[in-house]
Amino acid sequence: MDEIIVQAKGITKYFPGVLANNHIDFELKKGEIHTLLGENGAGKSTLMNILDGIYHPDEGEIYIKGKKVHIQNPFDAMANSIGMIHQHFMLVDTLTVLENVALGLKSQGLYIDKKEISKQIETISKKYHFNINPYSKIWQLSVGEQQRVEIIKTLFRKAEILILDEPTAVLTPQESEDLFKILNQLLKEGKSIIFISHKLDEVMEISDRITVLRKGKVVGTVHKKDVTKGYLAKMMVGREVLFSLERKPLKRRGEVLKVKELEAYNDKGFKALKKISFSVFGGEIFGIAGISGNGQKILAQTITGLRRATRGKTILNDADITNASPKVIANKGVNYIPPDRLKVGLIPNLDTTENAILRSYDREPITKRNFIDHQKAAEYAKSLIRKFNIMVPRIDAPVKLLSGGNMQKLLLAREIAERPKLLIAVHPTRGLDVGATEFIRKQLLKERDNGLAVLLISEDLDEILMVSDRIGVIYEGQIMKVINIEDAERNKIGLLMAGVNSPKN
Amino acid sequence: MNVTATSILITLLATTVRSGTILLFPTIGEIFAERAGILNLGIEGMIIIGAFFGFVVSYTTQNPYLGFVVGMLAGGIASLIHAFISITLRGNQVVSGLALTIFGLGITSFYGQKWINNKLPESIHAVAIPGLSKIPFIGPVFFKQDYIVYFSYILVLVMWLILYKTKPGIHLRAAGQNARAADAMGVNVNATRYFWTFFGGLMAGAGGAYLTVAYATFWLEGITAGRGWIAVALVIFAMWNPVNALIGAYLFGGIDALQFQLQASGTTIPSSLLSMQPYLLTFIIIIIATLIVRARHLGAPKELGTPYAREEK
Repeated sequence: MDEIIVQAKGITKYFPGVLANNHIDFELKKGEIHTLLGENGAGKSTLMNILDGIYHPDEGEIYIKGKKVHIQNPFDAMANSIGMIHQHFMLVDTLTVLENVALGLKSQGLYIDKKEISKQIETISKKYHFNINPYSKIWQLSVGEQQRVEIIKTLFRKAEILILDEPTAVLTPQESEDLFKILNQLLKEGKSIIFISHKLDEVMEISDRITVLRKGKVVGTVHKKDVTKGYLAKMMVGREVLFSLERKPLKRRGEVLKVKELEAYNDKGFKALKKISFSVFGGEIFGIAGISGNGQKILAQTITGLRRATRGKTILNDADITNASPKVIANKGVNYIPPDRLKVGLIPNLDTTENAILRSYDREPITKRNFIDHQKAAEYAKSLIRKFNIMVPRIDAPVKLLSGGNMQKLLLAREIAERPKLLIAVHPTRGLDVGATEFIRKQLLKERDNGLAVLLISEDLDEILMVSDRIGVIYEGQIMKVINIEDAERNKIGLLMAGVNSPKN
Repeated sequence: MNVTATSILITLLATTVRSGTILLFPTIGEIFAERAGILNLGIEGMIIIGAFFGFVVSYTTQNPYLGFVVGMLAGGIASLIHAFISITLRGNQVVSGLALTIFGLGITSFYGQKWINNKLPESIHAVAIPGLSKIPFIGPVFFKQDYIVYFSYILVLVMWLILYKTKPGIHLRAAGQNARAADAMGVNVNATRYFWTFFGGLMAGAGGAYLTVAYATFWLEGITAGRGWIAVALVIFAMWNPVNALIGAYLFGGIDALQFQLQASGTTIPSSLLSMQPYLLTFIIIIIATLIVRARHLGAPKELGTPYAREEK
């Protein structure tokens, strides 16, 4: 049990301007689950990509089963029985499961022995109760199934060491439980697992040992039984962390947004919203929980006028805003924090001032007699920077140089400054560190206390549970159920997210 | 249908196959380059380079088959310029491709001056396949052709098999759809892309060489007359499938053959209007193909035109 199967010594990796890994030591024992814990940008993925041969370390050595190895590429990693399951799946959508498994196999001739491979896939699939058809195309599978295909790929190649990079980020709570069962079965068969995560609950559930990384350095390695969640959080962030936010009692006001039997299509031409109906009131945060791809993005786009509704209505304070232009909708008091801050929310190559005035550039005081008053614009931007404590290198530097947290703060500041009646926030804290996440959530709560109606769309169930007053669970473009926060149970919501509406008992 | 009408139709269709073959090679080549993720708009340039070298070698050695092979290789070598810029240097593939087209047209115009109006002493001739060529109607259209046309039939089949049934086929599709995933599975993305870009060049060269050593048998400045661009359109029409490429290529070949036949028969329609037909058809085809692609949710390879760098975040 104590055989050390992977040992990394003094791994250092530079990226332009960043020291992603700073002399990291890490070891994995045979038959254990060793978790790498750290915030976004702590260097977890970089370290694992080095083990997988995707990146090459600038310094340091790697030993597998006591033998020094130079892993040049993922194929080398596989030869050393390392199999990695990436956060963004390494699957080719248009190919079948079988073709994805066959990809890169060197053991065979020109032809693919489809029968033989499909037999092996089915054997693995049966053993772990995966229920995967080798001839399905990847795009036809759910995210959970795609993850199982990734596991099949590594097992097919006889991997002994499995690396899972934030595997639960895309799963429902139930799917995560299933995954953990699979991992435990793999352990029993003598495999060793490196598990990457920043979710403390699951880390405490599944790990044997935990190595905490912060800013590219190892903070320490601990046994799970010796630590608590709070202790880990402190190691990870470097200070005490609040697990819940202080919330004032709900002071619900009148109905602000009414969505009535709304329908819209996605980019592929499929109906993504199916007669969806709900209301959001002033002074409350209405959270929409659901697994990625169940219509959340389409819903936000349809309400904000970025996508055409083919049916139904959106009503803002008794005024019909269905299919009005985005600008008209914004001017009527709907503001929007889009899911992708660098693609939709901000213009990466424009500077802070220009991004700050994107909503208000055509009005007094910034525009006078059709010309932009740059002095006023800069003052306006500076006032936002002060109010939200945004760190900018220079006010005229392109906004893409800001950190994720500061970009998001700028975006939030710009939208809230418009004094909206309704704020739609989609994944407002995705990819942010703990500090910035806390800040954004507190701001949302503050605006709620001021009477703003907030529609929060997030795939992070913890976030939904932490700040929402009511939760609507979305599944395949419909609201399954609306639950008051007092009655919200993780398990029940998890089932609803998976489309199960009538829980037993 | 009387006997003369039938024989005219057979001649027309047989010419269609030959004219279509000029387009078929480059279209097949570009389908594979694009499937691997490389957009090469230099086809027009590579075709005319193939056509020029094919003609010159055939003329000087009096061996049209040698001319065909050299023309093909010339196209392949020209494509390596594009491969180097777009794969190794990760440059802009549109600009590089356009530059290759301009380069091809320019260099052949410059060195081609003295060859204008020379006719090949020896060109590639038709060889009837015993048995098959006796089938009424189909025989004389498809099986009284030259060896290169027969080669193109086999090529379509083989390339279809490679694309869908073999490992190299999966590798090249993966390289064009999700290079990172292909790399993670141990596929050498850049080598794959180099290979298929080179293959695209060989095929463009083959199309050009076929034009001058078998179809036209003379040299003219700009003899390709935009066929490379039609091939680019045919790739979309074919939805990146080699078998569909055959249909598309013959469709355009047919228009080409028809307008020649009409001009030769002394019609009163102005020749410039007739010559315009292939290009007009290109527009129509593109519109139809785009609608089909959209309706069926098929699309270009996802990473078409995107360079791949492993360590880029």
